[in-house]
Amino acid sequence: MAFLTLEGVSKEFGTFTAVRDVSLTIDKGEFVSLLGPSGCGKTTTLQMIAGLVEPTEGRISLDGRDITREKPNRRGLGVVFQSYALFPHMTVAQNVAFGLEMRRVPQAERDERVRDALMLVQLSAFAGRYPRQLSGGQRQRVAIARALVIAPPVLLLDEPLSNLDAKLREEMQFELRRIQRKVGTTTIMVTHDQAEALSISDRVVVMEGGRMTQVDAPYRLYEQPSNAFISSFVGKTNLLAGTWRRNGTSSAADIGGVLLEASAPEIAAGTPVTLSIRPEKILVRDAGAGRLEGRVASRFFLGSQWLFTVETPIGTMTVSTPNLGVEPATEGSQVGLDWSPDNMRIIAGTAAAA
Amino acid sequence: MMTSRSPIPSAPWLLAGPGALFFFGLVLLPLALTVILSFQAYDHSTGIQSTFTLSHYVTVVTDGYYLEIFWRTLRIAALTTLICAAIGVPEAYILSRMRDPWRSVFLLVIIGPLLVSVVVRTFGWSMLLGSQGLVNQALQLVGFAPARILYTETAIVIALVHVMLPFMVIPVWTALQKLDPMVEAAAWTLGASHFTALRRVVMPQVTLGMLSGSLIVFGLSASAFAVPALLGGRRLKMAATLVYDEYLQELNWPLGATIAIIVLVANLCIMLAYNRMVETRARRTLG
Ligand SMILES: Nc1ncnc2c1ncn2[C@@H]1O[C@H](COP(=O)(O)OP(=O)(O)OP(=O)(O)O)[C@@H](O)[C@H]1O
Ligand SMILES: [Mg+2]
Repeated sequence: MAFLTLEGVSKEFGTFTAVRDVSLTIDKGEFVSLLGPSGCGKTTTLQMIAGLVEPTEGRISLDGRDITREKPNRRGLGVVFQSYALFPHMTVAQNVAFGLEMRRVPQAERDERVRDALMLVQLSAFAGRYPRQLSGGQRQRVAIARALVIAPPVLLLDEPLSNLDAKLREEMQFELRRIQRKVGTTTIMVTHDQAEALSISDRVVVMEGGRMTQVDAPYRLYEQPSNAFISSFVGKTNLLAGTWRRNGTSSAADIGGVLLEASAPEIAAGTPVTLSIRPEKILVRDAGAGRLEGRVASRFFLGSQWLFTVETPIGTMTVSTPNLGVEPATEGSQVGLDWSPDNMRIIAGTAAAA
Repeated sequence: MMTSRSPIPSAPWLLAGPGALFFFGLVLLPLALTVILSFQAYDHSTGIQSTFTLSHYVTVVTDGYYLEIFWRTLRIAALTTLICAAIGVPEAYILSRMRDPWRSVFLLVIIGPLLVSVVVRTFGWSMLLGSQGLVNQALQLVGFAPARILYTETAIVIALVHVMLPFMVIPVWTALQKLDPMVEAAAWTLGASHFTALRRVVMPQVTLGMLSGSLIVFGLSASAFAVPALLGGRRLKMAATLVYDEYLQELNWPLGATIAIIVLVANLCIMLAYNRMVETRARRTLG
C-alpha cells in the first residue's frame, strides 16, 4: 500500500536543477535510504517531503492526501536535520520536549516521554545542558531524540549518524530499525555511507546529479547495479572496459586482447561493454590454475579479510579473500585469479563510459 | 629555554600608551574639570568664584523646572527606544529573509540616513512637520484640521526614531545572521506555527541584539542635542539643550556643569543596570 508518494518531483534553484523528475512510492512501515554522492540532491529531496522546500514541479502525497503545498507544521513528520538545527537557547530536555509542547501533551506525560527518548539515545545525564556544551555526536543524538519523541508516522533523517563512533552508530542503527519495526514508522534516511544504507534499509534509492538512478533492495542493488557508477559507489568493484565478441553459441568480452567468458545473449558482437566483478567474487589460486595470471602488487590485512591488488595483463585488479587463519600469497608472488562467469556483471553500452 | 621571555616588559605599556594618553587627555581630564567646575560658586555680577559649594546640585534637584526637563529627557529617550525596537526588530527580520539584490538595496536605505548630517535631516523634518509642511497639507487635503506637530515632543520622537533606527536594526540583524535558518524550520516541523516559531525560537536569539541596540539608542537619545534643539524650539528643552543654554545663554558654567554631571551619572546608572540585566539574560540563554 503506497503511503508516501512522489510523482515527477523536481526542484530548480534559479537555472540549476537540484532534483530532476523524482518518482518514488514508499509503503507504510518501510525503511528507505537515499544514497548518493555529495551534492546530488538528497537533502533537497528530503526537505521537499518535509515541506521546507517547495517543489518546482510534481506532486507529493501522504496517506492518500496531497501535501505538495501543505505547511510543514501541518505534516507532522519527524525531521533530523543535517546541521542538527537544535534550539541553542534551550536545554537538551527543553529541545526534546518542544514538539510535545506544541502538541499540548500534558506535563507529566511529556516529562516521561522526554526521559524515555533521552534514555534511548543514551543522553539521560545531559538533560540540563545547552547544545553548545555538547560534542558533535551528542548534539546529533539530541536531534534524533527530538524527532523520535513525537512518534511521527514518517521519519526523515538527514545523515543522522554521520558523527557517531562505530559502536554507537551500530547501536543507533539497531534502535532506528527496532522503532521502525515496532511502531511501523515509515523511515527515509539520507546517507552517503553505502554500508549503512545496505545494512539497515528495506530499499535503497541511489541518486546521481539530482536523478534517481536505481531503486532496489540492498542485495539486488549490490549484485545487479544498473550502471558503472552504482557498481563502484555501492561497494568496491573492478571495472573492465572492452568489446563484445561472439563465436557461435559462446560469447566473451575482449579486454585488451584477453578473452573473458561471460554470457549476455542480447548484446550484438562488436559492442563496447564494461564488465564489473566484485573483489570478494575472485578467488586466489596457485599460478597457472586460474583464468588470469597476475602478480601480487600489495597486500593489506583488514582483520576479517585480506585485500590484494594484483597486476594482470588486463590491468590492476582488487581482490579480497576471507581470513582463514593461514597466511595467503605474499607480495610479489605469482598467482592465478579465478571466478565464476556468472559473477561477471555486464554493464552494457555507452552508459558504462560515464 | 626560559630566557625566551619578552626582553622588554615595558612593551605592553608602550603599546597601550598613546591610546591611554588620548583617553586621559580627551575624556578624563575635561570630565575632571567639569566635576570641579560644578562645585564652584557662581555670581551673576562677578562670575565664577573659586569657593566650594553644593548649591548648584541643591538647585537642580529641588527646582521643578529642571526636574521636568530631566523627566522629559528620560521619557523621550525611553519612548524612542521602545518605538525603535518595535520597528527595528521586524525590519531586521524581514531584511534577513530577503533575497540578495533586495537585501543590499534595503540595507542601504536603512543605513543611508547615517551618511547625511543630523542637522540636515532634522531641518528636513522641521519642513515636513511645520504648520505649512507636507504633513499638515496632506491632513488638510483629507479633511482633518491642521495639527501642531513641530515644537512638540511628538516631533522630537519622530525625528529621533528616524535617526536612531539603524542603531537598532544593525545589532538585531547581526544576531539574526548568526541563527541557522534551519532552526526555525525545525520548530515548524515539530508543529509550531510561524508565529510560535518566531516567539519561541527566533525572538530569544534576537533579544540580545535588541537589548544592546536599545542600550545604544537610549544613550544617544538621552544625550541628543541637534534634534531637540531644532524641533523642540525654545521652550521644549531636553538635557543636552539645557546644558547648552546654561553655558552659552545664561553663562552660568557651574550650573551647566552640574546638569551635565547629573545627566551623565543618571545615564550611566540606567545603562549599567540595563547592561547587567542583558548580561544575566545572556548567561541564562547561552549557558
Ligand atoms: N538554496 C539553494 N540555492 C541554490 N542551490 C542550492 C540550494 N540548496 C541546494 N542547492 C544545490 O543543490 C544541490 C543539491 O543539494 P543537496 O543539499 O540536496 O545535496 P546533498 O545530496 O544533500 O549533499 P550532501 O551529501 O553534501 O549533504 C547542490 O549542488 C547544492 O549546491
Ligand atoms: Mg545533504
